[in-house]
Amino acid sequence: MAEMEDAFDAIVVGAGPSGNAAAYTLAKEGLSVLQIERGEYAGSKNVQGAILYSDALEKIIPEFREEAPLERHVIEQRMWSMDDTSHTGMHYRSGDFNEEKPNRYTILRAQFDKWFSAKVKEAGALVLCETTVTELVKDLTGRVIGVRTDRQGNPIFAPVVILAEGVNGLVGQRSGLRPEIAPESVALAVKEMHFLPRETIEARFNLKGNEGVVIEAMGTITRGMTGTGFLYTNEESISVGIGCIVSDFAQGEVTPAELLEAFKAHPSIAPLLEGSEVKEYAAHLIPEGGYKAIPQLTGDGWIVVGDAGQFVNAVHREGSNLAMTTGRIAAETVVALHRKGEAMDGYTLKEYERRLEATFVMKDLKKYKGIPGLLDANKATFFGTYPRLFSQAMQTWFRVDGVDKKTKEKAILKSFRDSRSLRGLLGDAWRVARAWR
Amino acid sequence: MTEIATATKVEEKLFQNRYLVDAGKPHIRVREHEVPSASLLAMTRLCPAGCYAVTETGQVEVAADGCLECGTCRILTRKTGEVEWNYPRGGFGVLYKFG
Repeated sequence: MAEMEDAFDAIVVGAGPSGNAAAYTLAKEGLSVLQIERGEYAGSKNVQGAILYSDALEKIIPEFREEAPLERHVIEQRMWSMDDTSHTGMHYRSGDFNEEKPNRYTILRAQFDKWFSAKVKEAGALVLCETTVTELVKDLTGRVIGVRTDRQGNPIFAPVVILAEGVNGLVGQRSGLRPEIAPESVALAVKEMHFLPRETIEARFNLKGNEGVVIEAMGTITRGMTGTGFLYTNEESISVGIGCIVSDFAQGEVTPAELLEAFKAHPSIAPLLEGSEVKEYAAHLIPEGGYKAIPQLTGDGWIVVGDAGQFVNAVHREGSNLAMTTGRIAAETVVALHRKGEAMDGYTLKEYERRLEATFVMKDLKKYKGIPGLLDANKATFFGTYPRLFSQAMQTWFRVDGVDKKTKEKAILKSFRDSRSLRGLLGDAWRVARAWR
Repeated sequence: MTEIATATKVEEKLFQNRYLVDAGKPHIRVREHEVPSASLLAMTRLCPAGCYAVTETGQVEVAADGCLECGTCRILTRKTGEVEWNYPRGGFGVLYKFG
């Protein structure tokens, strides 16, 4: 049938980091690519903290720093353990991060994705925005041969469809390529954009020029739910947000907005945001199920990349780099098969998975495969008991009140033993060590 | 924190956002029901945009104009099938300026 001829060498569904990485790589290698995005422009539906990891993008666009809209390069990481009135934790700040090619940047996704999408077009891909893919078209054998969209007209055919459709991934799920994501495997995060003059941000965070700070926080801020809060400095704004596992939220009593308000009002956070003007409120799901939640990634005529494939390292708060890397490697696999004139089927596309196994993507997800289960089984302990104990211990230690240090040491040790028992403490240490290795 | 205070706050938050509403074509519908499941009921608290509410007769309804398109309601009610969730038509819905 004439109308079933392939119009493109590949179709990419979605224009986030994974879809853009895939479409760019395919187009640059000379394949004809159609990329379909439901937003008005690439980025208009996309939400992230957001940190950009240079390494993953450098492997796609080495000179990105010259033109991409970047906010601040990260020179300082603060990891906070919080109780209701305090925070303690670990900081790392280094002048080494003021390097010629910085390692991490804060970005605003709507602007960054728009730039990335412009690069995709420059490379020669056809990018169709304001168009929602409604379903995959399959032949009688079940092979994916194209897509149908909400625009009028015939289906569009290609030998392979790269599904970069994000965490909700309706197209792949409805076509039965992967199961619905479970409420236990996904976090709901809410975020606000707080604008302040850049001098104010630099003074508050001890920054010069385009230096930036990242704060990742855990503790009683999530009220016993598995989750984290974050605060990132942009050029003239601060991204602040908090997220928890959906099934925890469902069992709790707090609304996401209340949780965010309480986080913002915390005495450690409030002064950083004081006087700011809020210009946006966003919500997004984050796949947090890790290695065990990764669905089938390839089949006859299709490949899954990015959040749709659950490619998020929740422990290190990395996702966009896994998205770009999976998108790039999927595209490289397709390019190799295309050049050899091979079919894009479940057997040949497995090469994508083999290549992923050799990268940090699968190695890291495998390393932490036990963490989601560990946190879920011990959330009251890890997100409540320990943060409180750490704070109390710090307060006991640093408050000078005439009590001798030996007595203070004993009081601190006793507080840990009373809350968790010696066996409990050892068990927690063992469980963390085992899940971490 | 009272419920009313929270509801007002969410509305104020949504006021900052840009939307292109597809008038008369809501992308989320709640299927007809007599008694909502615990999951559907939880959405009246869990929806970050406060789109879900309980009616006087005890059913849960949705007004999706302020939807942030996160998909929480879709995932939480996947087993009960009470929510029919689609993406808005291409170009419509929330339009993030910063993301």
